[in-house]
Amino acid sequence: MTLWFVFALMTVAAIFAVLWPLGRGARAQNQGSEVVVYKDQLAEIERDLAAGLIAVPEAEAARVEISRRLLAAAGSEPVSEPKVELKSSLKWRRAAAVLALVGLPLVAIGVYMPLGSPLLRDFPLAQRERGSGSGMAQSLENLVVQVEQHLEKNPTDGRGWNVLAPVLERLGRFDDAVRAYRNSLTYNGESAERRSDLGEAITAAASGVVTAEAKAEFERAHALNADDPKANYFLGLAAEQDGRKDDAATIWRALLAKAPADAPWRALVQSSLARVGGGTMPALSDETVAASKDMNEGDRNAMIRGMVERLATRLKQNGDDVEGWLRLVRAYLVMGDRDKAVGASTDARQAVANNAERLRQLNEGLKTLGLDG
Amino acid sequence: MIAESGHYALVLALGLALIQSIVPLIGARLRDAALMNVARSTALAQLLFVGASFVALVMLHVTSDFSVANVYENSHSMKPLLYKITGVWGNHEGSMLLWVSILALFGGLVAAFGNNLPLSLRAHVLAVQAWIASAFYLFILMTSNPFLRIVNPPIEGRDLNPVLQDIGLAVHPPMLYLGYVGFSISFSFAIAALMEGRIDAAWARWVRPWTLVAWIFLTLGIAMGSYWAYYELGWGGWWFWDPVENASLMPWLAGTALLHSALVMEKRNALKVWTILLSILTFSLSLLGTFLVRSGVITSVHAFATDPTRGVFILLILCLFIGGSLSLFAGRATSLKQGGLFAPISREGALVLNNLLLTVACAVVLFGTLYPLAMEVLANFKMSVGAPFYNLTFVPLFALLLLAVPFGPMLAWKRGDLLGVTQRLLAAGVAGLVAVAIAWAWARGGSALAPIAIGLGIFVIAGAVTDIVERTGLVRLPFATALHRARGLPRSAWGTAFAHAGLGIALIGIVCETTWNSEYIATMKQNDVAHVAGYDLKLDGLFQRQGPNYREMIAEFNVSRDGQPLSVMTPSKRSFTTRGSSTTEAALLTRGASQLYVSLGDANAEGAIAVRIYHKPLVLLIWWGPVLMAFGGVLSLSDRRLRVGAPKPARAKQRLQPAE
Repeated sequence: MTLWFVFALMTVAAIFAVLWPLGRGARAQNQGSEVVVYKDQLAEIERDLAAGLIAVPEAEAARVEISRRLLAAAGSEPVSEPKVELKSSLKWRRAAAVLALVGLPLVAIGVYMPLGSPLLRDFPLAQRERGSGSGMAQSLENLVVQVEQHLEKNPTDGRGWNVLAPVLERLGRFDDAVRAYRNSLTYNGESAERRSDLGEAITAAASGVVTAEAKAEFERAHALNADDPKANYFLGLAAEQDGRKDDAATIWRALLAKAPADAPWRALVQSSLARVGGGTMPALSDETVAASKDMNEGDRNAMIRGMVERLATRLKQNGDDVEGWLRLVRAYLVMGDRDKAVGASTDARQAVANNAERLRQLNEGLKTLGLDG
Repeated sequence: MIAESGHYALVLALGLALIQSIVPLIGARLRDAALMNVARSTALAQLLFVGASFVALVMLHVTSDFSVANVYENSHSMKPLLYKITGVWGNHEGSMLLWVSILALFGGLVAAFGNNLPLSLRAHVLAVQAWIASAFYLFILMTSNPFLRIVNPPIEGRDLNPVLQDIGLAVHPPMLYLGYVGFSISFSFAIAALMEGRIDAAWARWVRPWTLVAWIFLTLGIAMGSYWAYYELGWGGWWFWDPVENASLMPWLAGTALLHSALVMEKRNALKVWTILLSILTFSLSLLGTFLVRSGVITSVHAFATDPTRGVFILLILCLFIGGSLSLFAGRATSLKQGGLFAPISREGALVLNNLLLTVACAVVLFGTLYPLAMEVLANFKMSVGAPFYNLTFVPLFALLLLAVPFGPMLAWKRGDLLGVTQRLLAAGVAGLVAVAIAWAWARGGSALAPIAIGLGIFVIAGAVTDIVERTGLVRLPFATALHRARGLPRSAWGTAFAHAGLGIALIGIVCETTWNSEYIATMKQNDVAHVAGYDLKLDGLFQRQGPNYREMIAEFNVSRDGQPLSVMTPSKRSFTTRGSSTTEAALLTRGASQLYVSLGDANAEGAIAVRIYHKPLVLLIWWGPVLMAFGGVLSLSDRRLRVGAPKPARAKQRLQPAE
């Protein structure tokens, strides 16, 4: 509302600037003319002469020159200017007033409305930093930007990297998170926890595949602390993705055996264990867990197959989902069905063939799964 | 609120400019004082609104309001405050807003201080100003609006081009624009005179100071830009005959000619039509410069705007104003009253020669600038016209001009005595010849023409000194009298002497720098020593440092001469993360007027770094000259006397003659 008030005030001021001279009558104007200039010049010569700036003969010569011009000027303008009666034409003045009162606002609104964004408020940095942005995501991003700016200036602040890294990971900026964890390692020193956090970020950046690089980190973490749960879990996952299901099951079983009863990651490991077929407890979400409680091995496999089939059907209808395709290929690989995996990757390539960016993502994903070419 | 108010203020300024371009003209036709006075109040209101709009944009940049696209694209929250402000005109949209703000400023000044102008002349002048303003307001609003918004503002901006993050940006563009746009006043006066069909004395009295103001700023602006390029681009070059530089040089040449012809007009009431034509040409060249730089028609260091719609729009403005004004001139010039007569050998004659040489030089530069463009358009053949062309054409013309410079101020008005002047300049000529001889003996290598050019520079300076000595009678009269006379001398005479001496000084600097500069380019490791022009530079090491929005690698050089340590030079290379680009910051060591110049190239894996070291003898004279010229301009401007160029009475002349 204040904005429109300001606009109105400005418009009134502009209109006033036009109306003001129109309202003042044809006052006797102190205006210059040729004759006036020459008279000024004559007076100037007298002043210069009195001040001794010019000599008498020079002053005389200049006076003659100016007088000559003055006569010429007065002669060539029979209606010498100061005597000219300035007319006043009321009709035209009214027209000008109307132009100002109607035309000016019309032009202003007509030009401003298509270009301006009167509904948008200002958004200076200071205001954003106070957190009056739009919602939580905005202010979290703000915080991240602030911390990043701080670290740009003080790159050796290990604590800062420690704080920033998990937040970046949660925001899905995995590559930045990897960088942050690396810096944290550099400036805070070695620890099993940080190594496995780094491995996890690398895994996340590779969309869930434990790459060789990630595996190296987990192994280092494991060497530092053999009981580090995260390192153990992911080493198991690596084994599973390599097709060594028994190794995976062994690792996870050992992990569960040592785990405290209230460890928050217990359920995850249990479901993973169930997935590789060595579990004492079923896998997947609570619902499916409940549903599959009484199932035997064959039924459970059938259920997993059913889920994979559903994913495959969905992807046939809508092939844009690169992540989905990768999950499907990975599922086939995990189930040991390499032919189907290859088939699915061919389908995936066809489905995203006309989008270069997606195709690139897909090929990279497939490469990390060991299915390139 | 600030953003939208600034935007709306700009729109209102357009509305006011439209009214200002019509109503005063109707008033002048009807001789209605009130309607004519509308020009004055609207010009002032326009200044108020454009000023508000500009201030709004500055505030948006300072507060880093990234909801404004212009701020987002050209600013960064971590940029130092100075660059946040200068970044306002470091981009196309903002610099156009600065352009119209300065235009409005000049219009406002005419409105505020034009009380002694004939009412109808003032109305005409302000109306013409409003035409120019309207065209540019429309251009800004339609094609380069700085107030466009982003609905979901990004967190961080894209930062200003790192090359522009320098104090030079704070000074160079505003100065240059004050010069370019300042010539719009003499243009408006010229058009007003053509429309009214007469030029009166008030006209001449007004045009000269305005031209002088514009000329002073343009001189400083060009010199500043040249020095900026010299230290920022890292190659030690100060003039490249780049089309963008030519674009500023052409109005300067035409403006210098205008300045001198306005002098004739003010003093002798002669050369009226020619002055009008020069006024039109000078501002046309300013517009052409704006077109060349802003349309991106030539790709060069300065052309950071490339958008065909803008180019076409400015081209339309250009055609409208240049074509319109020249047709008006062709139609009305004959009806103007011719002024006083003069003999070929006279001060007027000398100024005509000056005008002739300057306009031909300007035409040469115009040809060199536009010819490659024409070739590209017509023959689809890309070429560039560089120093060799200008050395063959521009340089001889300017040498001729410089040779004539000392004669001009010493000739009397109306009828002069060339022989007498030559006699009085004998001392200056001898000084020049001695300089040639010394330069010849001292010089090691370089062009044979260089000593001659230095002699020419000394002749110009000595000529300026002779003029002052003549006027004060320093040699003939007792010292006290001479001092008194020096004090009584019109400040414009001192201004002339300083400006002309500045030309000579700049010439000496240019010749010394181009002929005897020595360079050393190599890859250096720690503790390596470079020997350049008698200086020893030892690389002490490379360091990293963190700036506000960049990281820099600094090389530390210990400079010594004959074993005596002199100073430490620290050139650096800055890399800016946001734009992913880097700049070189040259280190300069000033010794008298000479400079040692070190700039860094790329570092290789073994910790060695490419280094360019130059020794530039008397290089600073290149910029001291223009500063002196501008100072002369200021002196001349401060001389507010109403000038009349009366011929000296015959006996006075004879009395002076035997003295030399």
